[in-house]
Amino acid sequence: MSAPAYNRMELMICLASRYLEDDRTAVVGTGAPCAAAMLAQKTSAPNLMVMFEAGGVGPILPTMPISVGDSRTFFRGLAASSMADIMSSCQRGMVDYTFLGGAQIDMYGNINSTMIGGDIQRPKVRLPGSGGAGDLASLCWRTMMITPQDKRRFVPRVDFITSPGYLDGAGAREAAGLPPGTGPYKVITDLCVIGFDEVTKRMRVESVHPGVTREQVQENTGFELLWAPDVKESAPPTSEELRILRDEVDSLRYIIGRG
Amino acid sequence: MDPDVDKAREYFRQRDRRLVPKVTTVPEAVARLVHDGDYVAVGGFGADRIPTAVLHEIVRQGRKDLGLSGHTATHDCQILIGAGCVNRCDVAYVIGLEARGLSRASRRQFESGKIAVAEWTNAALAWRYRAAAMGVPFLPMRSGLGTDTMKESAAVEITCPFTGIKLLAVPALFPDVAMIHVHRADVYGNCQIDGIMVADDDLARAAKRLIISTERLVPESVIRADPTRTAIPYFCVDAVVEVPYGSYPGNMPYEYFSDEDHLRQWLEVEEDAAAFERFLDKYIRNTPDFEAYLELCGGIKRLQELRRTELMLHAAIGGGGAG
Repeated sequence: MSAPAYNRMELMICLASRYLEDDRTAVVGTGAPCAAAMLAQKTSAPNLMVMFEAGGVGPILPTMPISVGDSRTFFRGLAASSMADIMSSCQRGMVDYTFLGGAQIDMYGNINSTMIGGDIQRPKVRLPGSGGAGDLASLCWRTMMITPQDKRRFVPRVDFITSPGYLDGAGAREAAGLPPGTGPYKVITDLCVIGFDEVTKRMRVESVHPGVTREQVQENTGFELLWAPDVKESAPPTSEELRILRDEVDSLRYIIGRG
Repeated sequence: MDPDVDKAREYFRQRDRRLVPKVTTVPEAVARLVHDGDYVAVGGFGADRIPTAVLHEIVRQGRKDLGLSGHTATHDCQILIGAGCVNRCDVAYVIGLEARGLSRASRRQFESGKIAVAEWTNAALAWRYRAAAMGVPFLPMRSGLGTDTMKESAAVEITCPFTGIKLLAVPALFPDVAMIHVHRADVYGNCQIDGIMVADDDLARAAKRLIISTERLVPESVIRADPTRTAIPYFCVDAVVEVPYGSYPGNMPYEYFSDEDHLRQWLEVEEDAAAFERFLDKYIRNTPDFEAYLELCGGIKRLQELRRTELMLHAAIGGGGAG
């Protein structure tokens, strides 16, 4: 039997969903992270509790939300609370996973979603800013990213640290005063899956997607990547994952249509 | 913003406490309560449960040099900053409309240097409202330590007097005026909100002046029948305006979904600055009121579609999707 065909967005969503353990909590945004969480709920993590930063808790999502505060985020939910309540849950240590994105990410997993340029009062390119991202990256146990990988995005140094990764390396988060044991966990790109080296806290490639070479991965990165001793090939989506993703999670192809 | 809580107490000492009817019109409320130079905060979540009619009226009356709390400011930012009413902003989230794209008009305002910014996070601004609502000068938080965001804010690193850990102190934020859209309110301003609160319970208490726009006015008996539902009590409120479909083109939970076609129209027309000015003239400045705006956008027929989308009735009825 031949392997099922899939696009890059489908691959990233499937890979991300497999890292979400059952009986855990996740604060997610719109788009791919929400799709990954929904897929996890329908496969390996049926009791994954999904929350949204504006106050939605445990919805039975009828469709993909357009906003992390729209009515879908608490549709038949367990609670419709508030921003302060969700962020307090994160600060209290109750939230296991979050997903973030940004215009730039560096080797320590610091993310910039605020500006390109050097002067915040007169940015070359103004981006939306932290929103809840800086809070979630500070307070949730494990921060994940789903992102395309290229040199413009994977830079040696972000122009602005909006969401803290490991700052400038081992021990820096703790020294800054961020809660111990938190930080970037996995970066799922269209080329590979990246984790973080336990000693240096630098990005370390764990698996490379089918059809992608190590050279391609490095060429699309603006800094030197570390490599796990046993770099594997990323396991492609199963036909069951693809069926659920296409028929149940994103039947209108809002997200996976972009792959 | 001045986190001086004793000054705030003096202000709140003078605040009218009478249980009196406060129902008025949108133009009167804005003329009386929103002034040039005021610091403004908007309830809801960007394009979810927002007081659109009040925001339009601020533009229509030509308010300028406003400060804006950029707490998840999406379509509200697009209106106020896009139309040039704002000269300073506490940014947590601006110019973006989440999954929909970016507002070019508000981006131009920021990139031109016309808007003085401080950077915050959504939690920081929510907790700044809460500190003000509590009447304390700051709240401590563990978020944002080590980030450039907090270097560009007015937050101060402190040491916990009990445990010795590092914390960020974020100062109380007392907006001059806030505007919040709710599902129902009585004539005195007692309000019920269905679904998520976002930060509006705290914002209502933090604001020095508050305009409530409500989908429906209800008799006081509705409030008294279930006082656990009162999200905002009357003594926080200065004006109540009844605006059906008042969050349009935003989402109103359990009432109507966002008009994604119209929001896309905004994003597209903003590519060209002159075209956007003409658009603002047509849809806001030269439009007598919010009802006329709703008519321009398709009127009751369109609103009925959005209501069916929100309540997911299309499958049952057999019509097409609206959003």
